[in-house]
Amino acid sequence: MTKTINRNHLRELESEAIFIMREIATQFERPVLLFSGGKDSILLVHLAVKAFYPAKIPFTLLHIDTGHNFQETLKFRDDLAEKIGAKLVVGSVQKSIDDGKVTEETGVDASRNKLQTSTLLDSIAELKADAAIGGGRRDEEKARAKERFFSHRDAFGQWDPKNQRPELWNLFNGKKNVGEHFRVFPISNWTEMDVWQYILMEDIEMPSLYYTHKRKVFNRDGMWLAAESFMELKEGEKVEELDVRCRTIGDVTCTGLTLSMADNLEDIVREVAAARETERGGRSDDRRSEAAMEDRKKEGYF
Amino acid sequence: MDSKAYLDMSLLRFTTAGSVDDGKSTLIGRLLYDSKSIFEDQLDAITESSKRKGDEEVDLALLTDGLRAEREQGITIDVAYRYFATPKRKFIIADTPGHIQYTRNMVTGASTANLAIILVDARNGVLEQTLRHTFIASLLNLPHIVFCINKMDLVDYDEKVYNNIKAELDGLVDKLKVKDAHFIPISAKLGDNVVDESKNMDWYTGTTLLNLLENIEINEDRNLNDGRFPVQYVIRPQQKAFIDYRGYAGRIASGIFKPGDKVTILPSLLQSEIKAIDFYKEEIDEVLPMQSATIRLSDEIDISRGDMIVHSDNLPEISNTFSLNVCWFHERPLDPSKKYLLRQTTNESKCMIKSVNFRTNIETYENDEVDKNIKMNEIANITVMTAKPMFFDSYRKNRTTGSVILIDEGTNETVAAGMIN
Repeated sequence: MTKTINRNHLRELESEAIFIMREIATQFERPVLLFSGGKDSILLVHLAVKAFYPAKIPFTLLHIDTGHNFQETLKFRDDLAEKIGAKLVVGSVQKSIDDGKVTEETGVDASRNKLQTSTLLDSIAELKADAAIGGGRRDEEKARAKERFFSHRDAFGQWDPKNQRPELWNLFNGKKNVGEHFRVFPISNWTEMDVWQYILMEDIEMPSLYYTHKRKVFNRDGMWLAAESFMELKEGEKVEELDVRCRTIGDVTCTGLTLSMADNLEDIVREVAAARETERGGRSDDRRSEAAMEDRKKEGYF
Repeated sequence: MDSKAYLDMSLLRFTTAGSVDDGKSTLIGRLLYDSKSIFEDQLDAITESSKRKGDEEVDLALLTDGLRAEREQGITIDVAYRYFATPKRKFIIADTPGHIQYTRNMVTGASTANLAIILVDARNGVLEQTLRHTFIASLLNLPHIVFCINKMDLVDYDEKVYNNIKAELDGLVDKLKVKDAHFIPISAKLGDNVVDESKNMDWYTGTTLLNLLENIEINEDRNLNDGRFPVQYVIRPQQKAFIDYRGYAGRIASGIFKPGDKVTILPSLLQSEIKAIDFYKEEIDEVLPMQSATIRLSDEIDISRGDMIVHSDNLPEISNTFSLNVCWFHERPLDPSKKYLLRQTTNESKCMIKSVNFRTNIETYENDEVDKNIKMNEIANITVMTAKPMFFDSYRKNRTTGSVILIDEGTNETVAAGMIN
């Protein structure tokens, strides 16, 4: 039998993403891969490894740690970096707060999500990174639907949606002036379903948070949140122990958990297929206003 | 659900052209809605917005309005990408606005598409913009065009109206030598012939739009004849175990490559043979167009990014002077006295504009050889001279090795898209 690569939609998306990874490596001098510990960034690492094998990936991994991460995420991050032999740099939001660069939100709904932007831009400047590779996908949110693969940022890290470079065929223009940088999104064309199907097809190791586990949780405005020590409860909210899993992983303060018994990838794919809510519907950071994502992106968010 | 069925799905990229009034957003909304690709929270959000606007029915067009500026002004300002899937195929829609000033957006959206949907309002028939959209689809050499004659509900689902429009479009298709054209009478608003067959048009015996999108043959659109592999990146691991490894990474532009193939390296014209084709940890027996892979050769040759590995019995054109059709993208018009950077596959070179040959009116298809001032959103034919020889095929034959972009070195901006003659 001839050994060929099967030609389904996932292989096409994979070829496209690998192509982008290699473009980044040649068009930029110091690219960093933004690693959050979520499935999209794990997928990015997997694709980068495939793009440069047998050489090591030519990117530094950069994690912006809000200080409110799940313990499992941090452990998974360290193990993965070691396994692939990549350099890992952690930018700390706590440090930005301690240095007085940003002011923490207060109150029960406080989230450090917005503060990440400042830490991210500082880390990019410190590393002199000229490209930051992100796991953003166009199906996630309306403002992302117009995002480019190669997204230009000015010297202030800002995105101007009205002034984006056109992208034609497979010709990507990463030219820039000193001080400017690019955000690059190799999995722009993937949907949540594609990501999980690909993870299943490739049998990629995922953090335990994505599978069902018992956890102390409480319900706020219809969303299940993890009852970690830094989460303040409102009146009437009570902590229960339930079978939950993450559909998306962000900072604890804004990651809604799904009641689920899915303990393997096939069940997760089935659950995604049956889901009646978009993935980011479980993210309280997007719920703040209709244009919440657009505004954060303009300032330099992921 | 068969848990392995997803492994047999294919991917179709298409673009949609039409202006706000043609019901383009409604059509996309309808495809997403009827194929159950819309989530409850999205539906809730647009139901809410529709009510606020005072609409009785849910306005499906709201699903595709992305940025705040667009919601406020009720227009689409850029190419937006949408996704949906059926058990047979995943679809990527490049949704482009149809106003005249946005020719460049349609060119952008069409550049990566296998198929274009062009909307025609049944009440108005073929308008200037239909001529424009069809011209661009043909210029970009899209293998398939589907004309959706929309708003059939507003002309009482009249067969005569449809036939008259179809006859006019047939003439257009002949004139532009479109390879494969389809015609479907629909109502995007009410759903006739989009996903479900219409109960109001018994006289139409063809397929629904979704059925066509799911089944149209696209594998044969690939160029399997001309072996072209633009070298993108050279993999030379520093690890001891792979000290002698030297792989040329890239994406197949066209043709089929196999181990043992006799190849020529451009521009050096050195000959070699393919020793192995790697995909991650596996050695594979062949690679097809659009696949990313790594090629190893039998001989040690100095090869770098921008070089091209081609089959020795089938060389591309090699020249530093060639003509191309360009669509101008920038507010600053083409300046023939200026040098631009030309990028083609993974290669690039400075270039001079040797001559502007003519400007094409995309509504009358007439060439203007007098006024050669090329402004934003205009299509022209130019001849360039590059600083070094380039290797390419005509765009008609090869959409990958025949396409280029021009970059303004002063601003780093992409100012034009070009298709080599």
